Amino acid sequence: MPKFFTFKGGIHPGEFKFTERDAIEDFVAPDVVYIPLSQHFGKPAKPVVKKGDKVYVGSLVGEPDGGFSASIHSSVSGTVKKVDKYHHFSGNMEQTVIIENDGQMEKDPAIKSAYSDSITPEKIIEIARDYGIVGLGGATFPASIKMSPPQGKTFDTLILNGAECEPYLTSDHRLMIEFPEEIILGALLIKKAINANKLIIAIEENKMDAVSVYEKIKDKYKFDIAILKTKYPQGGEKQIIKAILDREVPEGGLPVDIHTYVQNVGTAYALWDAVYNGMPLVKRIVSITGSVKNRKNLKVAIGTPISALIEHCGGYMGEAGKLITGGPMMGIALYTDEIPVTKGTSGVLIQRKEEMSLDEPTNCIRCGRCISSCPMDLMPNLLGDFSEFYKFEESKELGVLNCIECGSCSYVCPAKRHLVQLIKVTKAELKKKGR
Amino acid sequence: MAIETKLLTITPAPHIKSKFSTTRMMSIVIIALMPAFIGSIYFFGFRALLITLISVASAVFTEFVYQKLCRKKVTVTDGSAALTGLLLAFIISPSVPLWLPVVGSVFSILIVKQLFGGVGFNFLNPALAGRAFLMASWPAFMTAEWMTPKSGTLSGIESITTATPLGALKLSGYSANVAGSLNSMESLKHLLLGNVGGSIGETSALLLLIGGIFLIITGIIDWRIPLSYIGSVFALYIVLFLTGVSQLTPIFHILAGGLMIGAFFMATDPVTSPITKKGRWIFGVCAGLLTVLIRQWGGYPEGVSYSILIMNMFVPLIEKYTLPKPFGRVRRTA
Repeated sequence: MPKFFTFKGGIHPGEFKFTERDAIEDFVAPDVVYIPLSQHFGKPAKPVVKKGDKVYVGSLVGEPDGGFSASIHSSVSGTVKKVDKYHHFSGNMEQTVIIENDGQMEKDPAIKSAYSDSITPEKIIEIARDYGIVGLGGATFPASIKMSPPQGKTFDTLILNGAECEPYLTSDHRLMIEFPEEIILGALLIKKAINANKLIIAIEENKMDAVSVYEKIKDKYKFDIAILKTKYPQGGEKQIIKAILDREVPEGGLPVDIHTYVQNVGTAYALWDAVYNGMPLVKRIVSITGSVKNRKNLKVAIGTPISALIEHCGGYMGEAGKLITGGPMMGIALYTDEIPVTKGTSGVLIQRKEEMSLDEPTNCIRCGRCISSCPMDLMPNLLGDFSEFYKFEESKELGVLNCIECGSCSYVCPAKRHLVQLIKVTKAELKKKGR
Repeated sequence: MAIETKLLTITPAPHIKSKFSTTRMMSIVIIALMPAFIGSIYFFGFRALLITLISVASAVFTEFVYQKLCRKKVTVTDGSAALTGLLLAFIISPSVPLWLPVVGSVFSILIVKQLFGGVGFNFLNPALAGRAFLMASWPAFMTAEWMTPKSGTLSGIESITTATPLGALKLSGYSANVAGSLNSMESLKHLLLGNVGGSIGETSALLLLIGGIFLIITGIIDWRIPLSYIGSVFALYIVLFLTGVSQLTPIFHILAGGLMIGAFFMATDPVTSPITKKGRWIFGVCAGLLTVLIRQWGGYPEGVSYSILIMNMFVPLIEKYTLPKPFGRVRRTA
């Protein structure tokens, strides 16, 4: 019996991994794609194309704006219709490169493999930056920045995150099963870039079929497998490190402070594609699930409107109430299905009107479930109270800035208080005041 | 571009919520009290049923009327008022006049609960505070008259038929004979089953224990409070018994009086007990200490209700000093 790793706190929502056995299907890019210049954590990219420009699959359309930004590439070949504001998952209208697809899917002539056995760490980081590689687990943090630690700090362990603890989502699961060697080769590139000496792939125990795939190749590529207990938020960066290595990221610190680097499996795959094939990040796997006629895992060109995916899946089942990008715990509810898929779109979950949870909050009965569920050992009930009374400073000492916004407290609350939302308000207010 | 898209619902995450609600929590506690309720009807007959129904009905009615008059959202369906009424009935004598539970329930719901802001905001346990109010106002009704249970005596032993188990020894002038019979297996069996005198729902330790364990298994209450409460009473009475200060055994003391209902159903009331795990240990141990102090040296034969009420008032202080350490926080040196 292998040892299952886990952390303290967390919750056990229903898994609903409907699409875990559905092979990834290629989705043909639609006639028009909408590629937002803001798809990552950091400043939006600066457009480098204009109306009428001819672009190919993999052509640069947006370059990083300063150090904290990422490159954006075209996912189709065709002509730039315009660069204008368009629907965006953030809820605002954002600058978007709108491209008319010529259907040829012609690759940019500059695309070629950069791989050699003697590839240097600097070259890998450069490719990650130039090819628009960002964390695909949802946080979309630019990988090149993450791989360049501050002066004097070092890594020793790379954890490849295949926990996929959000209910419903199966995109990482399918990727892990269908592209194991590619993922590991990509991870070895990261390992080289950050000069770590150990690679561990972490998978939750509800994906034992994926575990067995990696058991077969672990000796060939020399890595370890950590099986995690199925629990949310097991895939949280701090939780996964604590579970596997029993190291605690210090308050206000980063994983590099404890010499650990965590990257999602999808990101490793994207880096493999970039280095071995010279292909920038222009496609990703998206689980289309929930109340849709045929649930699927699709490989989607970035910029495809979600409506096209839903149509491909046979349309909505019943009357659509909520459209959620990402999982149900941390995903963002979208106001329209015209919003395009971006690098962070790990899934699209549809809830019918009658499935939506719209409970009104009632009085806290101090049952303490939020405290037991908090993976960061905070007091969500108190933080919620402080937020309701505009006492933001008081929350600081209680560690409100440590909150990872996983939503476990809101999930378990019998009084249906909007705890994580109240905490987000406090964090935003403190940020406004410059902390 | 014209936005003619069909707009969808947007809310902050999470988009799924647990089915567990306040109403469900209160319902489970009420279910857990059913064995003791059925037992009380068996031991004390129709009178117990009548008083319980009156108490529950007046608690629910008080909450409904208050919220209607104040134009607040009516929350009687969450079950908390019904639970307060039930608990209040369980800790008063079955021989009280029928208007007494009405007054008690009105005090519990109106003064203790609603005037402080309703469910979640009362700083005292409403049922216990209601009982304390009745004790202070009508002590004669509350303590003088008890009802002999079916197939048993008031004290649980043959020789005394005029006092409840905890009062019996004092009444006999601390006779060693009486202490001996109270400590006997026979007497302990009566305390466990419940065919002794006492408040409506508190006499059977076994039936309350069944409900209490059900609450722990269903995750409604934290085992730390009953364990530390009953455990500290037990431990202190071992010391007092061995040193000869108490003539009654620790086993007698944990089975007698209101300790079981107090430890499992009153001290665990989430609203009036600490929310932190460390705090719950402190709360339980201190309540046990106070219970022993009152039973052994106080003016009343029983100390459970006052010890819990006193500890209720220490909850904010206990919480302040038992906040958990946030993940990743290093205690500052220097």
